[in-house]
Amino acid sequence: MNWIAWKMLTGDRAKYFGTVFGVAFGVLLISQQTSIFVSLMRRTAHAVIDVRDASVWVMDPDQQNADEIKPLTDSDLNRVRGVEGVAWAVRYFKSLARAKIETGKFRQVVLLGLDDQTLVGAPARMVEGSLANLRRPDAIIVDKAGYEYLWGKEPIRLGRTLEMNDRRAVLVGICEATAPFQTFPVVYTRYSQAVRFVAGERKVMSFVLAQHQTGWTDEQLAHKIHEKTGLMAQTRPQFIRFVIGYYMRNTGIPVNFGITIALGFIVGTAIAGQTFYLFTLENLKQFGALKAMGVSDLKITGMVLLQASIVGIIGYGLGIGMAALFFESTRNVTALAGFYMPWEVAVGALCAVAIIIVLASFLSLRKVLTLEPAVVFRG
Amino acid sequence: MTTSKDIAIACRNVVKDFGDGDTKVRALHGIDVDIYASDLTLLIGPSGCGKTTLISIIAGLLNPTEGEIDLFGTPQSKLSGRELVRFRAKSVGFVFQQYNLLPALTATENVAVPLLIQGMSRPEALKIARGVLASVDMESRADQLPSQLSGGQQQRVAIARALVHQPRLLVCDEPTAALDAKSGQTVMELIRKVAVQPGRAVIVVTHDQRVFRYGDRIIEMADGRVVSATNDPGQIAHYSEQVPA
Repeated sequence: MNWIAWKMLTGDRAKYFGTVFGVAFGVLLISQQTSIFVSLMRRTAHAVIDVRDASVWVMDPDQQNADEIKPLTDSDLNRVRGVEGVAWAVRYFKSLARAKIETGKFRQVVLLGLDDQTLVGAPARMVEGSLANLRRPDAIIVDKAGYEYLWGKEPIRLGRTLEMNDRRAVLVGICEATAPFQTFPVVYTRYSQAVRFVAGERKVMSFVLAQHQTGWTDEQLAHKIHEKTGLMAQTRPQFIRFVIGYYMRNTGIPVNFGITIALGFIVGTAIAGQTFYLFTLENLKQFGALKAMGVSDLKITGMVLLQASIVGIIGYGLGIGMAALFFESTRNVTALAGFYMPWEVAVGALCAVAIIIVLASFLSLRKVLTLEPAVVFRG
Repeated sequence: MTTSKDIAIACRNVVKDFGDGDTKVRALHGIDVDIYASDLTLLIGPSGCGKTTLISIIAGLLNPTEGEIDLFGTPQSKLSGRELVRFRAKSVGFVFQQYNLLPALTATENVAVPLLIQGMSRPEALKIARGVLASVDMESRADQLPSQLSGGQQQRVAIARALVHQPRLLVCDEPTAALDAKSGQTVMELIRKVAVQPGRAVIVVTHDQRVFRYGDRIIEMADGRVVSATNDPGQIAHYSEQVPA
């Protein structure tokens, strides 16, 4: 009977492709919108994500996110260094600065100041130039997207200069960096230099980055630092969640995107579910004939579920493929840099399509199973 | 109404109601009738007289409200739902007015469906189906889809499908209603030729007077009741398609 179910499903090519593409479109809507939302929220924690060589972030206890920063004092750094379990701890600077290029055009940039000696928090991948050049006077490294924001489509040329706080900065390298929430260029420099690129304040140290000694976990160290200094200390994953959580709670983004995703889900569900439901309804007479000829309800159920599974699996594959294609094709678009589809979204979309198909099958089956086989005698 | 032939199906005081309360309609009023094996029985009567309801009950597609049906010696009421489904799969062949062929299957594949329902392997079922298709002169169209066949050809495929599993009962509902006179005649000749077999009961529901001559026995219904049963088509010359007032 499985063969008959397959033939019934694929016999009318137009109907079959319509049903499969209905599901595929639903999956595309759900997975693409959810991925964009997740990627966008991830951007809010870009600076934390890109620091891979320190396991614990230490900051003012009242800090709410990674952008509104209440600076620490040098004595806070020393207090952290004195906590048991700390292998090392260094300064980290993060601020916004105004950068002016040779033509006079300016842009706001995310300025990151790395510890002068260790360069902890440095970009993981250089596109042009060397990280070691950051030790040169006035040296800065700009992320690839940031270079385009500053100098447009001009070919990359190291040695270019820009001005920040009336001080000259020299471009010594181009790196890859996670795109910030606002599409600002990301500028890396040494800590001692960064504090000169922004207007002076008494306290300037944004964070202390720390690493645990052997035998300690990130969580244990973060807990110990907080206990001993009273400062807020979070592991890298905790801080990423903390920052994203702030934007989730305090901005309209989740609500607006939530509505979009919900609409995507509803539209996707409606399209996918309805097309399959209509497909079954259109075949009701055929199911009636099969029932009259002695096909049991159990076998009919198996046939409908098989058809639903085929439509669901192929539709899901196409939908998730189209979503993946979207992100792959926009990978090099500067404004969409860093937008990707997390595997969790793919799994979530699979669950969603399973729910859709189960619902549609259930509704279809109700019609089929309550169908009087005698209906076949009605012309 | 006496005969020496075996009784295949016996209906005793069969009543069928549809709906409840004020909307209740009685479609059959205590039908008592016997259907004989090896006969082609025509069930005639005007539209709405209960012919289709009666064959639906006989074929196990509907349950009677009252009364008893004896199917080849077994009371239908003794069969569970599952046994009734199995009975239909094994012992009943259907020919529908609108053919009801599966549009996605070729003629051969459609004919093989009853065998597949019974669990036969596909290659074996298709092989048998081709043979039966040949017996209704449709072998040249074996690989065509229903949409590529004329109405008469589709009905021939439907007849082959109804007979492929050698059922003991063949139920044909208005098999000529959707066909022109010539195709209708061909279909009835085919039913007469290939369907009527020793031990098999064939019931053809019709109100097409042109096919009366093909019946061994004609049962006339009106208003949910059997009004006559005869072996002589000439005796029902008064038959009219009009619904009685």
